[in-house]
Amino acid sequence: MPKTKARAKPGPRAKVESRSITLRVNGRTIEAETPPHRTLLEALRDAGFVDVKRGCEKGDCGACAVLLDGVAVDSCLTLAWTVEGRDIVTAAGLGSHDAMHPLQRAFVERGAIQCGYCTPGLIVAAQSLLAEAPDPSEDDIRLGLSGNLCRCTGYTKVFEAIRDAAAEMRSARRRR
Amino acid sequence: MSAPFDPNRNLANVSLRHVGKPLVRTDAPGKATGRTPYAGDYVMPGMLHAKVLRSPMPSARLVRLDVSKARALEGVALVLTARDLPDRLAPTDIPGQTGQTRLKTDQQILVRERVRYHGEPLALIAAESVDVAEKAMSLIDYDLEPWPGVFDPESAMRPGAPVVQGTDNIVARHAIGKGDIDAGFAAADMVVERTYRTQFIEHAFLEPEVGLAWVDENDVVNIRVSTQVIEHFRFIADAIGVPHNKVRIMGALVGGGFGGKEDITVEIYLALLAKHTGRPVRLEFTREDSFVGHGKRHPFILTYKTGVKRNGKITALDVRLVSDAGAYVFLSPYVLLYGAIAAPGPYLIENLKVDAVSVATNNMYTSAFRGFGSAQACVAYEQQMDEVAQAIGIDRLDLRRRNYLKTGEPTATGYRVPSAVWTERCADIAWQALGEKTPAKGAIRIGRGLAAYQQSYGRLTFLHDTSEAWVGVEVDGTVIVRSGVTDIGAGQASALAQIAIEVLGVNMENVVVYNSDSAVTPLAGTTTATRALYMTGNAARVAAEAVRGRLVARAAKAFGVPVDDVVLADNKVSALDRPDKAMSFADLVRLCATEGIQRSELAMFRAPFTDRLDPATGQGQAFADFTYGAHAIEVAVDTETGEVTVLKSVACHDVGQCINPAAVEGQIEGGAAQGQGYALSEEMIYREGRLMTPSLSEYLIPTAMDVPVVKSIILESRSGVGPFGAKGIGEPALTPVAPAIANAVADAIGRRIHDLPITPEKVVRALHGID
Ligand code: FES
Ligand code: FES
Repeated sequence: MPKTKARAKPGPRAKVESRSITLRVNGRTIEAETPPHRTLLEALRDAGFVDVKRGCEKGDCGACAVLLDGVAVDSCLTLAWTVEGRDIVTAAGLGSHDAMHPLQRAFVERGAIQCGYCTPGLIVAAQSLLAEAPDPSEDDIRLGLSGNLCRCTGYTKVFEAIRDAAAEMRSARRRR
Repeated sequence: MSAPFDPNRNLANVSLRHVGKPLVRTDAPGKATGRTPYAGDYVMPGMLHAKVLRSPMPSARLVRLDVSKARALEGVALVLTARDLPDRLAPTDIPGQTGQTRLKTDQQILVRERVRYHGEPLALIAAESVDVAEKAMSLIDYDLEPWPGVFDPESAMRPGAPVVQGTDNIVARHAIGKGDIDAGFAAADMVVERTYRTQFIEHAFLEPEVGLAWVDENDVVNIRVSTQVIEHFRFIADAIGVPHNKVRIMGALVGGGFGGKEDITVEIYLALLAKHTGRPVRLEFTREDSFVGHGKRHPFILTYKTGVKRNGKITALDVRLVSDAGAYVFLSPYVLLYGAIAAPGPYLIENLKVDAVSVATNNMYTSAFRGFGSAQACVAYEQQMDEVAQAIGIDRLDLRRRNYLKTGEPTATGYRVPSAVWTERCADIAWQALGEKTPAKGAIRIGRGLAAYQQSYGRLTFLHDTSEAWVGVEVDGTVIVRSGVTDIGAGQASALAQIAIEVLGVNMENVVVYNSDSAVTPLAGTTTATRALYMTGNAARVAAEAVRGRLVARAAKAFGVPVDDVVLADNKVSALDRPDKAMSFADLVRLCATEGIQRSELAMFRAPFTDRLDPATGQGQAFADFTYGAHAIEVAVDTETGEVTVLKSVACHDVGQCINPAAVEGQIEGGAAQGQGYALSEEMIYREGRLMTPSLSEYLIPTAMDVPVVKSIILESRSGVGPFGAKGIGEPALTPVAPAIANAVADAIGRRIHDLPITPEKVVRALHGID
């Protein structure tokens, strides 16, 4: 009668010590004891930046996206140790209820948010896109969001919101 | 007997100020600014972290389970196996407050001996950190002995097949018989028979299952969890052996559900671990846990035999449905019943026979998914309409026009639909809105398809569904709505706010909704079955109207005018044509408060209560009402690569009355994308019961690169049974999309692929005539 040993014993893991690292997030400085394998996603959530969402931890969904020196990255694929001294901004760092970022306002006003779990990642990806392409074509927007999944909205209103925000940000820049 | 549709019946007696406007949803700003806490964002001091050890084999006998090394690991608080639990089972039936006799569908909480599916839980671990819990998982030793399994429903029905459930794997049967099927076929000029197949699919909500449980000072097990159904507290209490009032479920805004958070997910594991350790415990599924840990959409095999006259009149329809229930029963009997009732689609079929059976296998169990059997039926009945039209050589839309069910005519179960049935109007409008046809070019062919549908909203009426909401006004003139309804992203809570302010004449800034707590918000039932707006919206409207009635009576007295002349609008109270008579809404509330006039109301809305359908004929009333509409699609098919691109996507639905049109469009656009995934790319692939697609890079949901901009055309007959004449749109938005795409692909390439999803490989094979 065949018997299956379905699970192997874990191999010995090289022990690398944790060390204290300093991260700059949304203009705040946080310090935490961090083992080398700790992802930026885990580090941020542990520090209370829970607007950074966990959807897959494999780089498939974009829910964990944050801005790293202005460029969107999947924080689940980034090791916390590697981003010391860099400028990290999450969706909550872009604006607040009383002072919304144009993207946040446009998402709200267009109804581009349903369950909202993808929203912080989408806003971060859109901000990264608009920093590079202030007047994006539809293809630019689609490509800019291609790393972010949304299961609720079908993206139609998300595209509209990004176009609205882009226009507002362009005219704000002209006014300045 | 139901009265025929009267377009004036449900018209609000005042013109609507807030309902029907695309107001900013109450939940939107918090979500946009990252301030909204989801269930996974809560932590507690001293909290433990849990993990679930699952079977890697789909059919096996557990002959040894040794957790001693895991228990000995430093930082492990508890390891639970079936041996540590009294012989209790987890109920898996429809939850809620109906008090109906339950089906015997209970399942083991942890594997005692027999493993029936890949991913079935073997042990629970609670530890000081996720890392330690994971390490402990790897220290659990077990032996699984392979056990004969069966992996498709047709084999599982054969005598001598390995038995997964019951004595013969049949978990449910339903029959519908109407008219004279033989006479119907005898009267036909042509008979068309085809078989269609649908696949396992996954909800793929963005937020994996997660919860946090603790036992409080009253010995109540509190669970903060991402769920569509806070009223699982009863089943959870039964499963852990405590009274029903000793489990409290607190929801949070849910990161997507689609039916996948309708069954219990992490709750029982959390309750057991918190109870046994006396400490708070958090459990969050990884994406892989989620994919192997909750039920899927049922694959169906649907055989349609249609008798039709040369003039396009359908004379008979014989339908056989087989669904794969997977390893445990869950909601399979209900999904099958929905499929059977939906089988003829939005058509008047006088001679109808439906035989439906659901069969257990060693695949992942299957349960609720947006569309709930009706979506699978639509995949078949709308492709069959195109096949029949082609066979007799008439236009696809003409064939439909000759057969559409109309207001007051009987559905499959003989129930006469009381509301507007605007299927034909919707289909014609959607089809025309496709506009100019995109020209074909080189290897690219263009095709168009349409699908119409009939989809119930609200639960089966024999389940005796009810829902409660409470509305109150504060002395500063602000409004509070309290209701247990869970908000899974469609704006369920915000809709209640919009309804309450419509009735009370205050503005959106002045209302707050508290929802989704089984202990402190009135029980509203589930957010499933496209019932939340219909049921809870009606309850909120009734509650708000009761409050309004008392306020208006007091204002009438103060103004010395008849109650009918009192107007509540814009946070003000005034008298018709008497500009001197006015006060602020807050002043009126204060006046009532000082006099002890009740400023709140708890209302219960009851759906129609009916008997079960006749078991032999399937006749009777099954639902309160249905939504009707259609989806039209244009695709481009690359005949070299087999790739299908959706170019145009137009939906036209009669939603009765929009509460929030932006939210309605959101449902339609999201349904279009989900339907596209169902048609073209999504499939949970099981090989001999083992999941081969455990991640979002293998299970492909549509991205921003894949979907067209959706055009939503919303009609409002104001004839539904929801508040202000609303019908439901959550499930209907999805139902017609996949068959419309399948019809468009068949139109483009001149061949039909009868099994979803329509992958490039299948397209290329079809084009080369390879079966
Ligand atoms: S959680 Fe990082 S991409 Fe999904
Ligand atoms: S709004 Fe739910 S996943 Fe995007």
